[in-house]
Amino acid sequence: MSGEISPADLHCGAPGAGAGAGARRIVPPREDLVKGFWRENPVLVQLLGLCPTLAVTNSVANSAVMGIATFFVLVGSSLLVSVSRRFIPNEVRIASYILIIATFVSVAEMALQALVPDIYKALGAFVALIVVNCIILGRQEAFAGKNPVGRSVLDAVGMGIGFIIMMLIMGSVREVLGSGTFLGVSLFGPAYEPWVIMVLPPGGFFTLAFVLLAVAWLKRRKALRARAAERHDVAVVERAA
Amino acid sequence: MPSAPPAPDEVKASRLLVTLGGGGVVAGMLLVVAFGLTLPTIEANKARELAAAVNEVLKAPARYETLYVVGGALVRKVPDGADPKKIERVYLGYRSDDQRVGFAMVSAEAGFQDFVRIIFGYDPKTRQLLGMKVLESKETPGLGDKIEKDQAFVSQFAGAQAPLIGVKQGKRSSPREVAMITGATISSKAVIRIINNALKRLGPLVDAYPQEGKG
Repeated sequence: MSGEISPADLHCGAPGAGAGAGARRIVPPREDLVKGFWRENPVLVQLLGLCPTLAVTNSVANSAVMGIATFFVLVGSSLLVSVSRRFIPNEVRIASYILIIATFVSVAEMALQALVPDIYKALGAFVALIVVNCIILGRQEAFAGKNPVGRSVLDAVGMGIGFIIMMLIMGSVREVLGSGTFLGVSLFGPAYEPWVIMVLPPGGFFTLAFVLLAVAWLKRRKALRARAAERHDVAVVERAA
Repeated sequence: MPSAPPAPDEVKASRLLVTLGGGGVVAGMLLVVAFGLTLPTIEANKARELAAAVNEVLKAPARYETLYVVGGALVRKVPDGADPKKIERVYLGYRSDDQRVGFAMVSAEAGFQDFVRIIFGYDPKTRQLLGMKVLESKETPGLGDKIEKDQAFVSQFAGAQAPLIGVKQGKRSSPREVAMITGATISSKAVIRIINNALKRLGPLVDAYPQEGKG
């Protein structure tokens, strides 16, 4: 496959992305990697993988381990799917992707059980549920199944890092407010009354909502500034004419 | 006469079977390798966790020995040819003066979501529990999981008199009674039921175990 992909491939899952755009462009490898960090962050922009984002981010350690496990599964699956994309018939591609993903999840589950048993216990069923994380299947269907190995791995690494960033943001806010600690270290002393709700399920929804709100506000402010700068440029050109 | 539309390329069923079958074989091999590599560490972790739990529910005994439930009695040695991993175990703790502290028993039954596996310490002389710890549970986070996280609930078991009876919060009036957690009634009842059933099953064996420990 050539280095060209459609905008739909680049923006898989992003709301309204790629619609009506017919132009094709060469995408530099750096773009494959960094787009997942922020511009197409799987949680912030694509709103995928919300189940673990809400369920296990009650502490930074849990969030980090879940992020790393998902990263491992995403990168491993993308590598294998991309390598075998020419051999997998279209009719059984989803079944094959799930088989590959489930294998990596089982390996990750055993590794976590051996390396970090306490955190594995705290994560409970959510480690096994990485199989149904839409970020992973989404990247296989939208990217790894259509692109060369190098680009697929870069895309997976970028998306995986984007997911870890979001997990850490959520985990930090919830642990600091809900337990008054960061990675188990007390921040405010015994006088601090923890906001217990932040480590309970509603705290996950509150935190995600505020993070999404903040990101939407930043984007809107940036767009308004860009429009104002554009109007200013037009006015300068008109005056000069 | 209009010509028939060209038939779409059909993939042979055999190719689909080979793809999924081959993928399954490779996946299976990968899993076997991963299982083999991680199993020793996982088992060592579990043994360490169990040893810590036995120490906790028997109030830090000087030492403890493992007894096996074989043929309706407790024995120190596994019969020849039997797999010790498949035999139910009871742990007998001793003080530094070789006096018995009590027995630790592991048991599991259905909770609200899945099986709840607990360990508890029991002194057959006084018929009192020494402590309780949840080893494994998938109860609802924030509600059912209080059976392991709510210290007020967990601490009631030390000194409780068997068989146990579950009562509502604030209604506890005797050592037989355990105040259940509001919002986690099924999980609380499950813990009480597990202990009572385990004592019904293992209590006579523990009582019959020779005092000198010459099982």
